[in-house]
Amino acid sequence: MISKANGWEHLQPQCITAELHNYPEQITGAVKHLIDIAKSKDQEIFVAYGDCGTGGQLDAMLEAEGVERVPGSHCYEFFSGGEVFEQFNEAELGTFYLTDFLTRHFDRLVIRGMGLEDKPELMPMYFGHYKKLLYIAQTNDPKLQEMARQAADKLGLEYEYYYGGTGVLGDALLSFNQRIAVELKD
Amino acid sequence: MLNEALVGGMTIVGIDFRDGILFVPEVLSAANAMKGGMAILRPLLAETGAESIGKMVIGTVKGDIHDIGKNLVAMMMEGAGFEVIDIGINIPVEDYLAALEEHKPDILGMSALLTTTMPYMKVVIDTMKEKGIRDDYIVLVGGAPLNQEFGDAVGACGYCRDAAVAVDMAKEMVAARRAA
Repeated sequence: MISKANGWEHLQPQCITAELHNYPEQITGAVKHLIDIAKSKDQEIFVAYGDCGTGGQLDAMLEAEGVERVPGSHCYEFFSGGEVFEQFNEAELGTFYLTDFLTRHFDRLVIRGMGLEDKPELMPMYFGHYKKLLYIAQTNDPKLQEMARQAADKLGLEYEYYYGGTGVLGDALLSFNQRIAVELKD
Repeated sequence: MLNEALVGGMTIVGIDFRDGILFVPEVLSAANAMKGGMAILRPLLAETGAESIGKMVIGTVKGDIHDIGKNLVAMMMEGAGFEVIDIGINIPVEDYLAALEEHKPDILGMSALLTTTMPYMKVVIDTMKEKGIRDDYIVLVGGAPLNQEFGDAVGACGYCRDAAVAVDMAKEMVAARRAA
């Protein structure tokens, strides 16, 4: 979305499945696999993924590989920016975050991904300490806002909305793009 | 019933989870069943007057509200014969220290799910060192983003990959401490 909006046709986004958020021990290996492929093609690399529960292993691997990453511990954090995210966290520790992507795929990644479709009785074990669902939006889309509100209802949480746009991720990609443009010129 | 059905069953579930045969929802369903069983057995076991094999204070560190792993460990420890004092979630160092003072356990267990909260374990352990009480307790740590290297770095006695490992490690360390 960011690449398209900026006309960065030379950037080739490569994705790992978002379902790895439920298996964070597999994130580092999955990212490393994509880095290996990109390096074999002599491509410049930028990782747009949070630590997301790897316990610092993602950053350790990236440092060894000499690859830059967007700052932030959680992937939803870089859509709001670290300081704003910290304020959200301090205001209510029990906040469950959604992005545009997570809102679109809420049923697949959260309801079915966490087994709640077949075992709704597990809801209190997963979400018993959560109070609020905060949708950090990348686009101003009323349909997604309604879907996020419905997601909050399903989880029995208060609903809040925050428009973050592309946040720190947009800035980081712009910076990466400028850097490689200079390197290509040189 | 406790050893063969509840603890034995959960041990198999833990092994199957580790091997990728079962997933979190199935583990939680099994844990719910064990919780129900323990609720029935607990008063009956108390009537027998059997002594616990050790005492543990356990809590999720400050800034973290996740307790699935902690609850599994607490339940498995109780099933193995430990007295478990679960002090809950989002626990600051002062509350850990107060619980140690009040309950005088053999073991302090700390849990964290988030990369951002796991460093708080070092805050607790360093504070215990400052107060000269670190060596009075066995400190075990666990949680999805942790690993052995992290456990060593923060100065824990052990990193527990899962609840079954926590039980084995606790039994071994308490026995060794009492034999010393």
